[in-house]
Amino acid sequence: MAHEQHNYLNHQKGIWSWLTTLDHKRIGIMYFIAIMSFFFLGGVFALLVRAELFTPGKTLFSADVYNRMMTYHGAIMVFMVIVPGIPAIFGNFVLPIMIGAKDVAFPRLNLMSWYMLMIGAAITGSTLFLENVDTGWTFYTPYSSIKTGMGVIPMVLGVFIIGFSSILTGLNFIVTTHKLRAPGMTMNRIPLMVWALYSTAILQVLATPVLAITLLLLIAEKTLGVGIFDPQLGGDPVLFQHFFWFYSHPAVYIMILPAMGVISELVATYSRKIIFGYTAIAYSSLAIAGVSFLVWGHHMFVSGQSEFAGVLFSFITMLVGVPTAIKLFNWIATMYKGSIRLDAPMLFAIGFMFLFTIGGLTGVYLASTGMDVHFHDTYFVVAHFHYVMVGGTLMALMGALIYWFPKVTGKIYSDLLGRISWVFIFSGFNVTFFPQFILGNMGMPRRYYDYLPTFTELNQMSTFGSWLIGTGFLVGLFGVFHALMKGKEAGNNPFGGKTLEWTIPSPPPHENFDKTPVLTGGPYEYR
Amino acid sequence: MNWFSFITATSFMPVPATKESGDVDNLYIFLLVSGLISFIILIGGMVIFIFKYRRKTEDQKSAYITHNTLAEFLWSFIPFVIMMIIFAWGWSVFHDLRRVGEKGDVEVHVTARQWAWTFKYANDIEINSPSDKKLVENDPDSTLLKPEVVVVPVGKTIRFILTSDDVLHSFYVPAFRNKMDAVPGRRTTFTFTPIEKGDFTVFCTEYCGTKHSNMMATIRVVDGEQFALWQSEKLAGMAGASNKGPAERGEALFKGSLGCSGCHSIDGSRIVGPTFKGLYGNKRDFADGSSVVADDAYIKQSILVPTAKIVAGFPPAMSSFQGRIKEDEIKDIIEFIKTLK
Repeated sequence: MAHEQHNYLNHQKGIWSWLTTLDHKRIGIMYFIAIMSFFFLGGVFALLVRAELFTPGKTLFSADVYNRMMTYHGAIMVFMVIVPGIPAIFGNFVLPIMIGAKDVAFPRLNLMSWYMLMIGAAITGSTLFLENVDTGWTFYTPYSSIKTGMGVIPMVLGVFIIGFSSILTGLNFIVTTHKLRAPGMTMNRIPLMVWALYSTAILQVLATPVLAITLLLLIAEKTLGVGIFDPQLGGDPVLFQHFFWFYSHPAVYIMILPAMGVISELVATYSRKIIFGYTAIAYSSLAIAGVSFLVWGHHMFVSGQSEFAGVLFSFITMLVGVPTAIKLFNWIATMYKGSIRLDAPMLFAIGFMFLFTIGGLTGVYLASTGMDVHFHDTYFVVAHFHYVMVGGTLMALMGALIYWFPKVTGKIYSDLLGRISWVFIFSGFNVTFFPQFILGNMGMPRRYYDYLPTFTELNQMSTFGSWLIGTGFLVGLFGVFHALMKGKEAGNNPFGGKTLEWTIPSPPPHENFDKTPVLTGGPYEYR
Repeated sequence: MNWFSFITATSFMPVPATKESGDVDNLYIFLLVSGLISFIILIGGMVIFIFKYRRKTEDQKSAYITHNTLAEFLWSFIPFVIMMIIFAWGWSVFHDLRRVGEKGDVEVHVTARQWAWTFKYANDIEINSPSDKKLVENDPDSTLLKPEVVVVPVGKTIRFILTSDDVLHSFYVPAFRNKMDAVPGRRTTFTFTPIEKGDFTVFCTEYCGTKHSNMMATIRVVDGEQFALWQSEKLAGMAGASNKGPAERGEALFKGSLGCSGCHSIDGSRIVGPTFKGLYGNKRDFADGSSVVADDAYIKQSILVPTAKIVAGFPPAMSSFQGRIKEDEIKDIIEFIKTLK
C-alpha cells in the first residue's frame, strides 16, 4: 500500500490550523471561499436589480429598495469581488510557486490581509441589517454626505479596511517578486501572470491610500460637519470625484491586469506555444499601470470641469488604448501556428478576448470627449464596463479556476461542465449587455428605477440574459463540488504547462519545492 | 452612400435635433465603422487561428516565433494614429457642444433639486417639471410623472444656466447629444441651437436619490411666433394668478413652481415625504420622539429649515427653500394646507 502523500492540505489538520495558517496556498483557498460567497451575494443583488427592471414602473420593489440593491450590487462586486478576486485567490496560490519560492515574503502579513478583508466585509455587510445605503458604489457627495442616512459611515469604513487588505497584499507581492525569485529567474524570465500581479501590486500600493483618505474625509464631513465636499459648508462637491477617481480609475486596472495575466498563461498553455512578444506584454502591463494614474478626469467630462481639463484627460486616456491593443495582438499572434486545444479554460480565454475587445473598443467612444457627452452616465457606460470588468475579469476568473483547479486540489475539473458553464455565461453576457449599448444610444440613463415604455423590450432582453449568466455560474459552482467528489486524479501537469507550478506535485507539498529550482530559460519554452 | 445611411439608421439614436448633434453623429459613425473593422480583424483573426491551428494529434508541434519587430511596431503605431484622430475629432465636437461664455439669444436659469427642474426665463416665466400627474395614467405601478413643457424657439442659440439646490444632478437631452451636470454652489451652462421642431425629453443622469428616474421635462422647439405667443399666454396667466385667493395661489405654488407635489401628497398617500392631508392643526410625531401641533410657525420652519424637525418614519430628504420662497408665498401655502382636511 502506497504511503499517503504529504501535501499542504494534510500537512496540518483542523479548522484552527486553517484560520492560523501562514501557507500562501491555504490563504488562497480561504480567499476563494470568502470571495465566492461575496460574489454569490452580489450576484443575487444583480439578478434582483435586473428582475425589477423587467417592466417599467414598480415590478417587485419600491424605488428606495431598488436603489439600495443597486448600491450593494456595485459595492460588493467592486470592492469585495473583482478588486481582490484574481490577485488574492490565484495570485496568492500561484505567485510564489511560479517564481520558485516557498511562500510570500511576509506570510503573517498575508494572513492579516485576509482578516482585514473579512473585518471590512463584516462592517460593510452589517449595514445591510442596520441602515441600508442608497448612494451607489461611488458615494458621490453631497448626496452621500448630507442627503442620505448614516449607514454610509460603516459602509465606507468597511471599504476603508478592505482597502488596507488590498495595500498589504500588493506590498507583499512586490517584495515577494523582487526578493524571493529562484536562482536564474531574472525579471525577464518570470511568467506573465507574475508581471501582471506585480503591476497590479504597484497600483494597489500607490492608489488605494487615496481612496482611504477620501473615505475618511467623507466620514469627517458627515460626523463632524467639516466643510470639504458640501457646498453649504463651503466645500467643493466635485473634489470628491477627483479624489474618488484618482483611486478608482487605477482600480479598474487592478481589476483587469490580473485577468490579462491569466489570459497570457492560458493562451500559451492551450496553444502549446511560446508566448509572442513576452517583453511587450510584460512592459505593457507596467505602461498601463503608469498611465492609469493620469486619466481619472475622463469620468468627469460633464462635471463642470474646464474644457481644457476634459481635452487633456481625453488625450491621456487614448494613450492607454495602445498597450491594451498590444496585448490583444500578442495573444492572437501567439495562437498563430500554435497547437490549439479548446478545453474549457481556453474557451474562457477566447471569451475574454471577444468580450474585452468589445469593452475596449467602446471605451474609445467614452474617451472621446465629444462622444462621451452623449453616452456619459447612460446604459452605454453600464454595458461598456460590464463587458470589460465582468466579461473580462470574470471570464478570466473562471478560466483560472478550471486551469489551476488540479494543481490546487489534485483533482481534474470536468471539462464538460466547464464548457456548459461557458456557453451559458458567454451567451448570457452578450444577451444581457449588448442591448444596453442600444439603450445607451437611445438615451436611457443609468441607475434608473423606472423608465419610459420605449425602453421596455431591450430591458426585458437584458433581464433574460441575466438568468443565463446566473445559470452559467451555478453550473460552474456545481463543477467545483463535482470535481472535489468525483474528479479524476490530476497528476503533476495535466495540461502541459511550462511554468514552475507544473513541475511540482498536485496538490503541492507544504513548502512547494523539495529542492529550490534553478532556471536556465524563460517560461513558455515550447519547442 | 447607401451603407452610410444604413449605419446611421441602425445607430438607434434619437433624431438629431440641434446644430451640434449632427457632428456628434458623424463622429459616432466613424467610431462605429473603425470599431467594427478593428473587431473583425482581431476576433476574425482569432477565430481563423482556432480552426486552422487546432491540435489534431497529441504530438503536434507549434512554431517557435518569439516576436516580430515590424509587426509589433505597426500594430502599436496604427492604433495610436487612429486614436489620435478620434481624440482630435472628439475635441472639436466637444468644443462646439461646450461654447463656454457664449451668450444665448434666449437664456433660461435652470435649477435642479430632488426631484424636479425649475426653468426660469428672463421675464420671470417659471416652469416646474415634472407635473403632479402620472405619465402612464392607467398603470398603478408606474412611478413616472408627466413632464411639463418648456418652450424654446427654433434656430436661435439657447443657453441654459444650470445650478442645483441640493445634490448633483445632470441635465441630459438625448436628441441634442448634450449633457451637463447641475452642481450645487456652481453655475454650469448647457448651450444648444435647435434646428428641428418637436418635443424632446430631458432626463437627469446623475444619480440623486429615490426619484432619480423621475426628473424629466419636455423641451418643445417651436418657431419664433409660436414662442412669442406662448410667452404672452404664460405672462397673462401669471397676472391672472395674482388676482386669485391665497389658498388658490398656494395650490398653484404647491403643484407648480415650488414642486411640493413631487414629494408630498394631498390625498393621504405616502410618496417621499409625509402627506399634507389633515396636517394643519393636528399632532406631528418626530423621529427624535418629540411632537408638536402643526401650526403656522411649524409649517414655516419646515419650509425654511426642513431638517429641524424630521417626521417619524421619513428620511431627512428635503432641502431648504430659504431664498427661493417669499414671505407671502409661505402664507399662501399655509392657507392651501388649511383646506386639506
